[in-house]
This record gives sequence, C-alpha cells and structure tokens, in this order.
Amino acid sequence: MSEKEDINQLNTENLPSSNGRREALKTLATIPVLGAMAYGVYQKKKKEHNNKLAGSIFNFEASPAVMDRQPDGKTIRLGLIGFGIRGSQLMQALGFATPVYVDNLKEQAKKDAQNTRYKDFLEQEDLNVEIKGVCDIFDVYAREAAFAGANVNKEGTNGKFDKSPVIYKHYKDLLAAKDIDAVIIATPDHWHGTMIIDAVNAGKHVYAEKPMTWTVPETYLVADAVRKSGMVFQLGHQGRQIEINHRAKEIIQKGLIGKVTLVEVSTNRNDPNGAWVYPIHPEANPSNIDWKQFEGNPERIKEYMDYMTSVGAAKYVGPDVRDKFSLERFFRWRCWWDYSTGLSGDLLTHEYDVMNHMLDLGIPASATSSGGVYYFKDGRTVPDVLQTTFEFPDKEMSLLYTATLASQYNRPRKIMGTDATIELGSTLNVTIDRASQRYKDKIEKGIIKPGEPFYRYASGKSIDALSSATEMYFAERGLLFSYVEGKRYNTTFLHIREWLECIRQNKKPSCGIDQAFEEAMAAHMGTRAYLEGRTMYWDADKQVITRG
Amino acid sequence: MSKRSPIYSRSQLTWLVILRVLIGWYFLYEGLAKIMAPNWSSYAYLRDSKGIFAPFFTMLTDHAFIMDVVNYINMYGLTAIGLCLILGCFVKYANIGAVVLLGLYYLSHPPLIDVHYLIRPEGSYLWVDKNLIMLGAVVLLMLFPTSKEVGLDRLIYRKKLSKNNKQK
Repeated sequence: MSEKEDINQLNTENLPSSNGRREALKTLATIPVLGAMAYGVYQKKKKEHNNKLAGSIFNFEASPAVMDRQPDGKTIRLGLIGFGIRGSQLMQALGFATPVYVDNLKEQAKKDAQNTRYKDFLEQEDLNVEIKGVCDIFDVYAREAAFAGANVNKEGTNGKFDKSPVIYKHYKDLLAAKDIDAVIIATPDHWHGTMIIDAVNAGKHVYAEKPMTWTVPETYLVADAVRKSGMVFQLGHQGRQIEINHRAKEIIQKGLIGKVTLVEVSTNRNDPNGAWVYPIHPEANPSNIDWKQFEGNPERIKEYMDYMTSVGAAKYVGPDVRDKFSLERFFRWRCWWDYSTGLSGDLLTHEYDVMNHMLDLGIPASATSSGGVYYFKDGRTVPDVLQTTFEFPDKEMSLLYTATLASQYNRPRKIMGTDATIELGSTLNVTIDRASQRYKDKIEKGIIKPGEPFYRYASGKSIDALSSATEMYFAERGLLFSYVEGKRYNTTFLHIREWLECIRQNKKPSCGIDQAFEEAMAAHMGTRAYLEGRTMYWDADKQVITRG
Repeated sequence: MSKRSPIYSRSQLTWLVILRVLIGWYFLYEGLAKIMAPNWSSYAYLRDSKGIFAPFFTMLTDHAFIMDVVNYINMYGLTAIGLCLILGCFVKYANIGAVVLLGLYYLSHPPLIDVHYLIRPEGSYLWVDKNLIMLGAVVLLMLFPTSKEVGLDRLIYRKKLSKNNKQK
C-alpha cells in the first residue's frame, strides 16, 4: 500500500469519483465470500435433504414399549421365594432393598458425584406393592429379605422401618398365606417348575426367573397348570422391555432389512462371578441351610435321573451325591446339572427370547450343540463354552448362539437380512448390504454408502447417517442421552411393572406362558443336544422332542 | 489500534486479508453448522474435557441453564465472529471473541501426553493443536489489522476519523 493511498484514506472529504469507486471496492471487497458460503451451504443442505429422505424410512413412530399404568390400581401383596443374588435384585426393582444396600448406595454417591444410583433408586416409580411374606432356605438371606421388605422408606441402617414381612420356612407355607396375591420366584432352576405349578394352583399370580423349567416333562405340567389357573404369569426375560428391541422388531416386520436368513447371538463373560463362582456366605453352615428342601422335588429328581441314565449322560450327574451337604453346591449351584440348566438355561434363554420376540420364532425344528468345560476346571459339570445352532426351515433361517465364560469381548446381536443387517448392542445399528436390491437406487446415487452404519437408534432417538460424528459416538456409549432424556429405566423394573399392571388390568404379559413354553423347549433341545452329542428335533404335531 | 492505519505492501495486505477471511469462513461455517443441526449441544464435547480445567468444563454440563447459554454462545458467537472477520466489520471485537473461544477450546481439550479423547482429533498433536495455532494467527491479525483497509471498518472508522479530523 502506498503512502498516497493511505493519505487518501485519512483525507476523505473531497474524493474524486475514481477514488470513490476504489473506496467502495475496498470496503466491500470480501462480501462475495459470503455469496460463496451461501452457495456452499445451499448445495450441502440439498444433498443432506436427499439423504434425509432416504434415512427417514427408518425414522417411523414405533409403538411405545412401556405399558400405561392404571390410575388408582389396587395394592398388590407380594411374597418372595429366594433372596439370593437375583432375588435381591428383583426386590430392588420393586423398590425394596436392605438397609446395608442403601448405605452402600449412599456411600457410592458421596464418593462419586456422577454416580446417580442412589438418586435413581429413591426416585424410582412407586409400584404400589407390599411385601407380605418372604422365604429363603438360608436363614441369613431370609432375614435380609425381611429387612428389605420392611424398608418401605428406602432408608439406611439408622432408618425407620415398617412392619417386617412374615418369614416362611417352607415355600408351601408362603403359598398358603391368605394375605399374598402374587409371588416372585427366584430360586435355583431345579425348583422353578414345581414352584410355579404350586403357586398358580394356590391362586397366586407368578413372576418366575428364567428358565421356566429344569426338566422336559415338567415343562408340559407347568404350561397346563398356568393355562388352567388363569393366573397372570410372567417369565423373567426383561429383554422384552428394551426399547431398541421393539424398534428392531418393527424394522424387521416392515421388511426394511429384507429376508432374514441368519441370526447370531452370544454370551461373553470373563470373571468368576460371571462363571457362577459366586461367593460363599461366611455364616452359612448346615444348621442355617435347609438342605433337605434344597435337594428338590423328588418327582423332578426322578425325571432328571431317568433322562440322564437313559441317554447315557450319567457322567454329567453329581459327582457329589444329592443328600451330601455342600456349601459350594448351595451357593454355586449353576455349575452342576443336578440343579442347573447351564449356559442354555441361564443365558441362551435370554438371547433366544429376544429373538423370539423380534422374529416370532416359536420352537426350533432342530438344535445342535457342542462345547465343553474348557476354562473353569473347578469340578463343574456344565460347560463354560457352548455353541448351539437352531434351525427354522419353515422360516428359512438359522439362529446361532455362541458363548464363552472366559472372554468378555463385546459382540452385538446380528440379524442378517438380504438388504441390511441389524446390530443390536447398546444401540441399534442398520448397515445396508452392498448387494441389496431394495436400496440399489440409493446406493448407486451415492445416498447410501453400503457397508457403513446407515441408521442408528439409541434411547428413543433416531440418528441417521448425517448426524455429527460426535453425536453418533456418544450415542453408542449411551452418554448423550442421559442428558437429553434425563431419566434412565432399569429393564427389570419395567418387566415387573408390566406384570403387576397385567394383574391389575387383567391383561397378558409380554413373556407369558406361551413364550415361556417356547423358551423352555428351545433351551431343553439345546441342552439335550449337548448332553447326548446329537441333533434334537421338535415334532410340532406331537409337541415332543425327538431324535430324528 | 492507532489512528493511523499501518502501511503494508500490496502482497502483505492481500495475504493478511486472505488469512482473516479464511479464519472468518471457518468460524462462520462452524456456527452455521451448529445452528442448522437439530438439537445440537456442546454437552458431549464438554463431558469429554481433559486436563486441569476439565472439572470446570464438565461442571458446566450439570446445569441445564448454563448449557443453554454455552450452546447459544457457540452457535451465534461463532457465526457472528465469522461474519465480522469476513466482512471486516468490528474486527477488533471479533478478534477478541475468537481468541477467547479458541482459548477455551484449547483448555478443554489440551493435546497432552497420554490423554485420549472419545472424539478423536483428526491429526496428531503434542501440546500444540490447530486451535492453538489459529489462536496465534488471530493474535497476529490483531497486531496487523486490515479491516480499515479492506472491509466495512473502512466505512465505519472513516466516519469516526473524519469526525476526529473535523474536531481538530
């Protein structure tokens, strides 16, 4: 810039016209840049609009997952059978916890301001229930259950408690109580069936932990008893309440992922607790555990022994004799077929039920299993690695379940269709298939990039391919939505809530006896395939498991 | 800024103006993109803060009202700064705003050793990142102003200057 020009700028009173033009030019020189930006933004928006139209096919309104609550519903009086790990979790979902547990939550909240578990527990919706009776064959657990039941104000050890629920020594006494409308069963697997039958016959509504049954013969008895009784029955597959599962189901039903031919589900855990090596209570001993009651219903035991010996699976029985007291077998019962259904009953059933919900699978035509005790060589008889393949020729698809208790590599559920694949983890992801015919046009136009997640859904929010990378990343970790949604729900809470509302409103719960029967038979087929080392088939006409 | 405009060579002035416009473009589009994105929030970014100031930035996310203010400043502040730098109006103030925002971005996400961000930066940095470099560039623009040469400030300040001249 010359000195002359600079002087011009300062001395602007008497500008000649050429200088005026130069002046205007210098003042407005950069304005065209805004035009360029406007053009760029317009082009970008136009492209995004096209993409949005493509993405919007997944953005439909899904039906709500949570059941409406009946206003002024009656108070339901509950009994709880089994206050072990799961039993105490179910009580917490009902809004009842031991004072020690509440103290713990308070402590955690004090240490870490981000920990909202105490606040969440206090703010959890009141389900309008009373705990009238509890039963556990380990006296310490029974007392703790009673403490929890009396802790109506969710207080710590110095709090004020309500009247304690009655502690029953035997579950049959609890079932005979007139002041109990409904029971929650959270006992070892070998007791589920018997207790469900006795409970509905006693006129109690039932929420039972999975799997529904331990033996095949009792499965029919349970189904009959529940159906005849008219009681409201819910099996504890809380996956039914996961919102993204509902959206996945609708995406599949609308045909948006094409024809599904293969589904992959899995279990991965890698810690002793996950492998059922639960802690042994220091106060436990033969004097405070009712071992006789633990052994099981003699009829069930006979069914179990008859089956195991008749198919050459006697090596999986025991190794301890049934009447020998064992703290290990009492607290870690899942490790032995004598009480447990292994990976099939504990974890495959969850996966199966999720897929049964989405794909209406029913009972598979066949099941093949393999695996073994490969890592936890602690004397257990149930495998710690298991693969089960279910075939559905009428649906023209296979379901593959693979599990290990010695690696916690995170694998989302995968539902593979001809047009797209759904991955279900903490979020729902849809990836369009490169060879898709349905989306061929959009792939060719570049609107859809095949092989990359095209649509995501998390905690009630749709995220399409053009959401910011940040938004996607945080959605995957469930971080974004704790702020947007404000409130997070515990799925077990929702599942119990649904059961209670069905009792009040005389409706059918989402995991009722039909779904539970299908779950039980599928799991039994998988278990038998493992125990016998051959494929099991389902005869749909006779409703029996056959060997082909 | 002195009353007398600095004297640059033609190419110096050209490149200083280009730098100003480029930084302005960057700010303007960052702002517009946030305004146009549905439900945009700085929540995730702030939650991901690291370094000694992280508690301050995460604290901001605990209050819905503060989050609204922070989001508003980011959306419209960035846009306004961008417009000012491109058009060359009130550049003095826009520069100050730019330095403050860039400083906050740097402090909330310092590229420290062994610090990993959920939102990974697109590049490899050690202590110095693009925010810091841009901050340096804006400080430079403050020391070498151009908007009274090329930009609306020429008009705005001419009037002021003429007034001053008249008073003399």
